[in-house]
Amino acid sequence: MNSLPEIWTYLAQEPLLWLTATLVAYAVGDALFRASGKRPYVNPVLIAVVLLAALLWAARIPYPIYFEGAKFVHFMLGPATVALAAPLYANLGKIKASAIPMIGALVAGSVTAIISALGIAYAMGVRGEVLLSLAPKSVTAPVALGVSEAIGGSPTLTAVLVILTGIMGAVMATPLLNLLRIKNWQARGFAVGVASHGIGTARAFQVNETAGAFAGIGMGLNAVLTAIIAPWIVRLFM
Amino acid sequence: MIVHLAMLLAFQLAGETLSRGLGLIIPGPVIGMVLLLVFFIAAPKVAAAVQPTTNGLLSHLSLLFVPAGVGIVAHLDKLGQDGLPILLALLVSTALSIAVGALVFVGLARLVGGRA
Repeated sequence: MNSLPEIWTYLAQEPLLWLTATLVAYAVGDALFRASGKRPYVNPVLIAVVLLAALLWAARIPYPIYFEGAKFVHFMLGPATVALAAPLYANLGKIKASAIPMIGALVAGSVTAIISALGIAYAMGVRGEVLLSLAPKSVTAPVALGVSEAIGGSPTLTAVLVILTGIMGAVMATPLLNLLRIKNWQARGFAVGVASHGIGTARAFQVNETAGAFAGIGMGLNAVLTAIIAPWIVRLFM
Repeated sequence: MIVHLAMLLAFQLAGETLSRGLGLIIPGPVIGMVLLLVFFIAAPKVAAAVQPTTNGLLSHLSLLFVPAGVGIVAHLDKLGQDGLPILLALLVSTALSIAVGALVFVGLARLVGGRA
């Protein structure tokens, strides 16, 4: 029979443990989110990330070993993105009727996100690679990394900024939009998708299906627009 | 359900192939989403049948971001001494972007008269 430390040494290297830990941490986050009456600042992603990061830190597990298990969950992002076609199809009528508001909100939200982020950081003395890495932070990760590399930023840093932006958007969207008295689910969802990509879209789906569908479109359209305009906008800050 | 999952993966694969093949900036899954939407429009019966699978996947979309989220904790030191300005820039710009986007949407919707 193996001793407990031996069993741990074996399991800590195996995907099973970290896959389980990821699902359990998310289940805890989701349970707390429901228990709170679905309050936006009790964000399941944030709770799960903090729990897992604390666990990895305490057990001194390097991230690549954790990811060996978690990659199975991570992989599902691809098919889930494809699955967004279903709510888009269900809302096709509303989408066609809202083409002009969507184009306007896309351009306004996208340009605001890039210029305000660069402007604030620049005013506070941030320069060079770190500044450039900020430009694509509102866009879904695979596109953001490509854009960051193309404009001279650091893709690794951009990945961090993208996730932080997503969590911030998911947490602040509901109180902010309530404060502005915006009741239109299409407008609410779309703006969140443009500003905070997939994590914002996931939050929108928790609130309302139409909001989720419009967030998905906002995310997709802004991925394309940011890739086109970010290289032009960063020149203003060089 | 397996058939529907296979369908999602096949569309992702098609999107990935187009994205790589044509050297596009748009990621494969996003192209796969557009292709699947076109397919749904052509075959509405399939759209209804796939609905339970897609709903299941999308109702826990948040979970799928957890592994990447844990990864950022390992890289937080990358922010270095620029940490505070960067966090402030992210906070303010995310709030501004959501507010401006939603207000423009509502304003234009009123102008066009297409209120839902």
